[in-house]
Amino acid sequence: MAKVLMKGNEAIAEAAIRAGCRAFYGYPITPQNEIPNYMALHLPERGGVYLQAESEVSAINMVYGAAGCGVRVMTSSSSPGISLKAEGISYIAAAELPCVIVNVMRCGPGLGGIHPSQGDYFQAVKGGGHGDYRLIVLAPGSVQEMADLTFEAFDLADKWRNPVMVLADGLLGQMMEPVEFIDREPQMVPKPWATTGAEGRKPNIINTLDIVPESLEKRNYALAEKYARIADEETRWQEYKIEDADLIIAAYGTSARAARSAVDMAREKGMRVGLIRPISLWPFPSAPFAEAADGTRQFLVVEMSMGQLIEDVRLAVNGRGVVHFINRLGGMVPTPPEIYSKIEAILQGGEVQ
Amino acid sequence: MTEIIIAGFGGQGVLVMGQLLAYAGMLESKEVTWYPSYGPEQRGGTCNCSVVISEREIGSPIVVEPDAAIIMNRPSLDRFEPMLKPGGILVYNSTLIDRELERTDLRVIPVPANEVADELGNTRIANMVALGAFLEAAKVVSPKSIVESLSHVLSERHHGLIPLNVQALERGRAYQY
Repeated sequence: MAKVLMKGNEAIAEAAIRAGCRAFYGYPITPQNEIPNYMALHLPERGGVYLQAESEVSAINMVYGAAGCGVRVMTSSSSPGISLKAEGISYIAAAELPCVIVNVMRCGPGLGGIHPSQGDYFQAVKGGGHGDYRLIVLAPGSVQEMADLTFEAFDLADKWRNPVMVLADGLLGQMMEPVEFIDREPQMVPKPWATTGAEGRKPNIINTLDIVPESLEKRNYALAEKYARIADEETRWQEYKIEDADLIIAAYGTSARAARSAVDMAREKGMRVGLIRPISLWPFPSAPFAEAADGTRQFLVVEMSMGQLIEDVRLAVNGRGVVHFINRLGGMVPTPPEIYSKIEAILQGGEVQ
Repeated sequence: MTEIIIAGFGGQGVLVMGQLLAYAGMLESKEVTWYPSYGPEQRGGTCNCSVVISEREIGSPIVVEPDAAIIMNRPSLDRFEPMLKPGGILVYNSTLIDRELERTDLRVIPVPANEVADELGNTRIANMVALGAFLEAAKVVSPKSIVESLSHVLSERHHGLIPLNVQALERGRAYQY
């Protein structure tokens, strides 16, 4: 199929339908409204259900219901709306149901603003809802990846019976870029656990209440074991010019786009700089950082938040290299020249942390 | 790499102009991004979009120092004139902008876009007149690619207006400045 020019939000919606998503529940919020718009227009004509719920809380619980029935289902929102969905996300993770949740991040805290941010990193990868659970979190860096990772999110959700979050931001959602939808078949799996009518079999029960500590602890350990296997198999990242690098930048999504341009600017000036771009934020790609941290290299974290990604980078580097930091907040997006200036200060000015 | 800002009132078709440039760039196998100002905008308020057309992968789609700008109204001129690169191209709608420019280091192309559109019988086609003049000045994508992009970018209910759009582009390109 030829390339088309699409907004990131539209690419997510189209990819979801192609991945077999047949139910969408949402509630409007900027800057992700093109997702429900597209779904409202196209999902019914392609055999699915689109429903605007009365609130985010309703929408995520409709997702819970549809996922329990074995349907490929998605919801999307932006930061404050994801906070409202947090309880439902915890329930879905506890019930081990597959679904896709899209967060097109805007700036916060509180109602904040509507411009791009990465302030929900902790919420996405460290919890958000209550209790011990994990989401698989995928962070696209282009409109093409908005499509590709959304498609993949549905397969991963089914494979692991786990909610998957696509963590984008207002810039990736609103921008248009060429995107190609490759003809591929979704990896559909049997769902013997789904509540589909119980004809000729015992009823399936989906429930997250387990008040016997001995029993719940077993369940917690089983989940932990599943999360460990996901970490083994599903960690994704991209490396750019890191082999000979004296300084390695860590950045994802929108920040990584600017960082990559800054790497090119620095390389043109003869500075050896590279980039590791985490694509799965959970599981976090600790290995490439740990491997690169051989005591001779420095690191620079670029993010649109107050120091969130840097915690995971520091854990991975584990003291074997200085970790520098540059960020923008409040809807501001880091520019390649300002990241380049930071690189220059570190490598030529001998800037210490 | 060419970084372009297109700005005007909401309703003047500035987002569509940007989409046509981006689509045409894509047809010519270039890297392209289009990024709108989004948020509490309204019809009659100001509105703009950034377009980047490049031979190489594009980092940021946000344009802070444009190589070129198409400016459709006075408030947008006030905002973007100071941001243009020295030697940058400024195409502006002289029907709605009556002030003198402050910069002297730009390639300036004033186009009476609304007057020309009115002569063509549809004042809403002013954006295509300005885009035509821009194509001739900036040569960043070919007019042929823009014409080919019309049927992809315009929604189907507007396809009847494509011949008028093409006519307006031609008038803009041929406009003597």
